[in-house]
Amino acid sequence: MVTIALSKGRILEESLPLLERAGIVPVEDLGKTRKLIVGTTAPDVQVVVIRAADVPTYVRYGAADIGIAGKDVLMEDGGDGLYELADLGIARCRLMVAEPRERPPAGEGHSWTRLRVATKYVRIAQRHFDAKGIQADIVHLYGSMELAPLVGLADRIVDLVSSGKTLAANGLVEVEHIVDVSAWLVANRAAVKMKYKALRPVIECLVGGAMHG
Amino acid sequence: MKRDRWLLPDGIEEMLPPAARHAERVRRHLLDLLDSWGYELIMPPLIEYLESLLTGVGEELDLKTFKLTDQLTGRMMGVRADMTPQAARIDAHYLRREAPVRLCYLGPVLRTRPDEFGGAREPLQLGAELFGEAGTRGDGEVLRLMLALLGRAGFDDLHVDIGHVGVFHALTREAGIDKAGERELSQALHRKAKPEVEAMLKSWSLPDAQRNGLRALADLHGPLEELPAAMARLADTGRSVRAALEDLADVGRRLAHLHPAVRWHFDLAEVNGYGYYTGIVFAAYTPGYGQAVAQGGRYDEIGRAFGRSRPAVGFSSDLRVLLRLQGHPDPAAKAIFAPLSDDDALLATVKKLREQGERVIEALRGDPAEAARMGCDRMLFQENGHWTVTAMKGH
Repeated sequence: MVTIALSKGRILEESLPLLERAGIVPVEDLGKTRKLIVGTTAPDVQVVVIRAADVPTYVRYGAADIGIAGKDVLMEDGGDGLYELADLGIARCRLMVAEPRERPPAGEGHSWTRLRVATKYVRIAQRHFDAKGIQADIVHLYGSMELAPLVGLADRIVDLVSSGKTLAANGLVEVEHIVDVSAWLVANRAAVKMKYKALRPVIECLVGGAMHG
Repeated sequence: MKRDRWLLPDGIEEMLPPAARHAERVRRHLLDLLDSWGYELIMPPLIEYLESLLTGVGEELDLKTFKLTDQLTGRMMGVRADMTPQAARIDAHYLRREAPVRLCYLGPVLRTRPDEFGGAREPLQLGAELFGEAGTRGDGEVLRLMLALLGRAGFDDLHVDIGHVGVFHALTREAGIDKAGERELSQALHRKAKPEVEAMLKSWSLPDAQRNGLRALADLHGPLEELPAAMARLADTGRSVRAALEDLADVGRRLAHLHPAVRWHFDLAEVNGYGYYTGIVFAAYTPGYGQAVAQGGRYDEIGRAFGRSRPAVGFSSDLRVLLRLQGHPDPAAKAIFAPLSDDDALLATVKKLREQGERVIEALRGDPAEAARMGCDRMLFQENGHWTVTAMKGH
């Protein structure tokens, strides 16, 4: 039995056509069903739909053999002990630093020696500002990062941006681009070895489908 | 009273009865097996000066080592995180024999961070090392010993992955990639992150054969039967790449013949390890566990730091992992209850039973109901002046 971990939300929507091209169609509507494990039309393949941030954990410990997760989640997780097999090129967006539009730009009597940054990507944000030599106090939030600068909780935010509409609606502007993000195919190390025969065709189909899709 | 007074640090566990008794039995069994192959037991110190402990090992092991200051000398000491380098030091510095030296060890090591989630930070490291044999015969012996040991521990459904770090090192050397680049590339390969490998190779100017070879590595894994095809894809690279591949094929062929029940795979992208491997590397997996249950390889350079470079190959495992995967330990040992009595004949009988290997628990109080609560299934009973063992009621 091969278990595939899928991230809830946008990644799930864009993963399904890829899986379908690989001959894997869930037997129930993943948007409606309350089941956590769903069988598929492919023999001996099942999917689990979980929170995006949980995908690396499920795959690392072999609860799922392969998974589809955003590069943002993998970078935040560290990705230790996982195979990051391929960039599937779906669910594209970018990880940005943003700040309120009316803030005086750096250098105009404002020194960024200590910055309060609100984000759910604690490790990525810390690494990013460390690399620039900026002391940053990270405020860990689980959602609605855009609110933080408006209510004085933080100077800047680090967040995923796809259209930029939410930022604009809250008077924020993108000031730094950290990394382009898309969904990656990850795999459990032991599973790639032990379930080689069953996994190889699935992996090849998914990667091939992503490249030609 | 504070409620959390009994809490242990993360990743630190204690073994209770009957698991500890079972663990000790398994430990003895496994050490007996290593002994029967001629591997001599060493007991390296738990703590050493950092210079000797971390000589010749990579940064990863450095980060995993607990450090403290010696109050006597002011020097930095480290608690061992891996006993392999200690064994290499003992071979190079103390034994100095010309003939091959076979050493084994079993004991706790301490890690600042666990290797896996929920993993022990105090694994019971069990391993064997063969020094002074450079050929593939040595690799083969250690691999066979690892399989024998896992077999003795009850693992018969095994998957073994073999690789050779020499392939990667020869390719990067031929391509003229510097140490920093090699490290970056090895990490990407370790994650089989092909797009990253691709991007790195594209950004460097490299000869075509080596670039194509390095690019192919992430894909070069599969059943051992496919190794010749993999070798063909690296055919136009240098002689040292070919030599490494031939060593790998040689070991693989011999071992697959000797252990046909094991599923043999090769993987040329397994290049990370602890940074001290120089040749064949291998890892054994078993269904239901997402990590290797035992791993090892060849590391010919560590001894040099101690003044004597010797070929070396070995493997290690964590006894805690083996025990956990074995499942249920033996139920508690059954015991014989000796009732409260000052009769010399009773004491003599008890002594004799214990010498025969029986567990005998002597009554401290007059309450015979205690016997069952202490795990006794039989008791000594006096009949015609003789003490005989009889089954207790309910057993």
